[in-house]
Amino acid sequence: MTGTGRLIRLILRRDRVVLPLWVVLLGLVPAGYVASFEGLFPTEAERIDYAQASAGNAGFVTLYGPLHGSSLGELVAWRAGFQPVLVALCALLMVVRHTRTDEEAGRTELIGAAAVGRHAQLAAALITTCAASVLLGAVVTAAMLGQGLPAAGSLAFGAEMALAGCVFAGVGAVTAQLTSSARGARTIALIVLAAAYVLRVGGDVSALGDGSLAWLSRLSPIGWVQHLFPYGVNDWWPALLALAVTVVTTGVAGLLLTRRDFGGGLLPARLGPASAPAGLGTPLGLAWRLHRGLLLGWVVGFALLGLVFGGVGGSVLDIASENSGLGEIFARLGGSEALVDSYFAGIAGIVGLIAACYAVQATLRLRDEEQTGHAEATLSTAVSRYAWAGAHLFFSLLGPAVVLAVEGVAVALAYPQGDFGEILGGTLVQLPAVWVLAALAVVAFGLLPRLSAVAWAPPALCLLILLVGQTLQLDQWLLDISPFTHTPKLPGGDLSPTPLITLTVVAAALTAVGILGVRRRNIPD
Amino acid sequence: MTEAIDATGLVKRFGKVTALDGLDLHVRTGEVHGFLGPNGAGKTTTIRILLGLSRHNGGTVSLLGGDPWSEATELHKRLAYVPGDVTLWPALTGGEVIDLLGRLRGGLDTTRKAELLERFQLDPRKKGRTYSKGNRQKVALIAALASDVELLILDEPTSGLDPLMEEVFREVVLEEKKRGDRTVLLSSHILAEVEVLCDRLTIIREGRTVETGTLADMRHLTRTTIQAELAGPPDGLATLAGVHDFQLDHDRVRFDVDTDALEPALRKLVAVGVKSLVSQPPSLEELFLRQYQKDERR
Repeated sequence: MTGTGRLIRLILRRDRVVLPLWVVLLGLVPAGYVASFEGLFPTEAERIDYAQASAGNAGFVTLYGPLHGSSLGELVAWRAGFQPVLVALCALLMVVRHTRTDEEAGRTELIGAAAVGRHAQLAAALITTCAASVLLGAVVTAAMLGQGLPAAGSLAFGAEMALAGCVFAGVGAVTAQLTSSARGARTIALIVLAAAYVLRVGGDVSALGDGSLAWLSRLSPIGWVQHLFPYGVNDWWPALLALAVTVVTTGVAGLLLTRRDFGGGLLPARLGPASAPAGLGTPLGLAWRLHRGLLLGWVVGFALLGLVFGGVGGSVLDIASENSGLGEIFARLGGSEALVDSYFAGIAGIVGLIAACYAVQATLRLRDEEQTGHAEATLSTAVSRYAWAGAHLFFSLLGPAVVLAVEGVAVALAYPQGDFGEILGGTLVQLPAVWVLAALAVVAFGLLPRLSAVAWAPPALCLLILLVGQTLQLDQWLLDISPFTHTPKLPGGDLSPTPLITLTVVAAALTAVGILGVRRRNIPD
Repeated sequence: MTEAIDATGLVKRFGKVTALDGLDLHVRTGEVHGFLGPNGAGKTTTIRILLGLSRHNGGTVSLLGGDPWSEATELHKRLAYVPGDVTLWPALTGGEVIDLLGRLRGGLDTTRKAELLERFQLDPRKKGRTYSKGNRQKVALIAALASDVELLILDEPTSGLDPLMEEVFREVVLEEKKRGDRTVLLSSHILAEVEVLCDRLTIIREGRTVETGTLADMRHLTRTTIQAELAGPPDGLATLAGVHDFQLDHDRVRFDVDTDALEPALRKLVAVGVKSLVSQPPSLEELFLRQYQKDERR
């Protein structure tokens, strides 16, 4: 462990911009919810009405988790229910970045040769990430106390965020020991996070219906931290569970570290073919090799997502048909038919946004290729820049079509009561909006190569609009910024071709601008 | 056409930094041309312009008779490139990368590939991420050498290779040279390699060409070191034009002398009377050190 202190300072120095950004931003978002709830529902009666309608809304429960009360604090904590996932994401990325990424790049070798203990780097990454998570929790608690909310609940609320970060810091630490590539470590950790989210959704939505699968969310770390139920029961047992898992994963990661060679993973590297198969000899053939793993991962993820969302559709129908007070509320909203339709239309929008993240990730593979020097090797052969970029864009533009189709089919299979065509169509109409975000990534890569990461800003903005747009009752022009605002809302809505054509044309024009930028600039830049 | 590479007054700026400042590079068809310069002199920048990866801001450049920027794709069918720092796709095996690069270039001689794999002792079944630096370098070298092309552009191709493999590399390049129709641009820091392989060379510094010509031409520009034991005092020798770093210790003298001042200096020694004499010819190292430093003093 020698040298851990110095390495912590190194991490803080390297992350001096990113770290405060996510800690403060994610820490302060809930405070915004307090103001908006106070503004929208000033009286207790209004809050109770809203809470009753929301607690039974499967779409809301899917996104934010279960809601068991109607106090201001409970509403705010529930509304911030997706945030533990974001904190967990930041934490696991940070741990992998400061362990396996460094090791793969050879920086760890440089540090390891100095007077630094074997576990120092892992310890430094974990300590910094957990400390950042706790600090984020403290910011949440302080902001809530500042808004005059009860102390015990505010503490539990802060702990919810802090523990989500700590648990997935541990997960990242373990996966960083498994594979020899940072990308592999990130992928496995993200799959764990996605599984935790899907388990929570499955359990919570089942609890809305007959509750037979409610136990699923008790298997999920995301479920645990939400089950603190801040401002409600303020239950602390899930916190102990999360803490225990953090300790265990940390221990396991430390143990695995001593069991493996430097630079290696636990999964050994195998020999491959001595010569290339016939298909590997064109830019498209190469792009297929580079994109197929990513595509496969997203296809599997979207299939699971579709099965969960489709299965949830059944619960939505049950609730809406029930002859209860809740049923009456839904009837006023347009009847069970309309409710189920709007659920699927809403889900389609969320799925479209997730597919856009895949599209951006796939597009930015171009930047990866440039930075690693692979682009230089490819472009020094008889491959034009158009062919090179085009081969990658083939996957970043058509890959989302494949995963959306898979998701739509999976939803329709899991919800056989629905209209197959309308459900699949509702998903596929998201594609032009996905293309717009992918095209913006091409523009970033072509014109601002060193700032290519800004390609993540549009999806983040769309997510923000999706998450807070309705709660904050934003002006229409703000909502209109997101291309997903313009896609037809199917099933139930009108399938008008105009927005689809417009979005596609915008995407094509932006892609052309980006590609021209690629043709004109230095590579690598 | 006699010049495979014809670059005159090449200028390249990155923002405020001027990487190339009027560089000249002329490589004749069929020759092995050494391209030398200290780190950061602009060798890789020049090569990237030749490959159409970067666009130059001034001067003229032609490669195999074409414009390297606008005709990049066509020209690349006729050349092969080995970068100084080879990175391989981590999930592709060495053999797959060799085949891939060859096919992207327009074809690969499989017999030649097998022969080169044997000579460079490379296991082509390993994944890109598991190769050491030297082995990554071999992958790129084999991919380039197994392609039937007119021009090879090699950027420090032997960095990371062990001495045995460096020797194999030299043999292979000498064989290529004997064919007579292949042009090689060889950027290198290994002087012995340059001495054995190159017909002519160009030395650059801070983005400018400081010297170009054959090695024999350049030797004329350098100095011979003389050590002698004399019968009497060497009057006037220290002040003779072309004599440098003169040291006298009793009857022993040691000095450097420019090649064109060698004869008058020797006459002077003979006139005094010589008991013993050691003469060291100009070494390549000295040649380069002087060329590299010459600019620094400016």
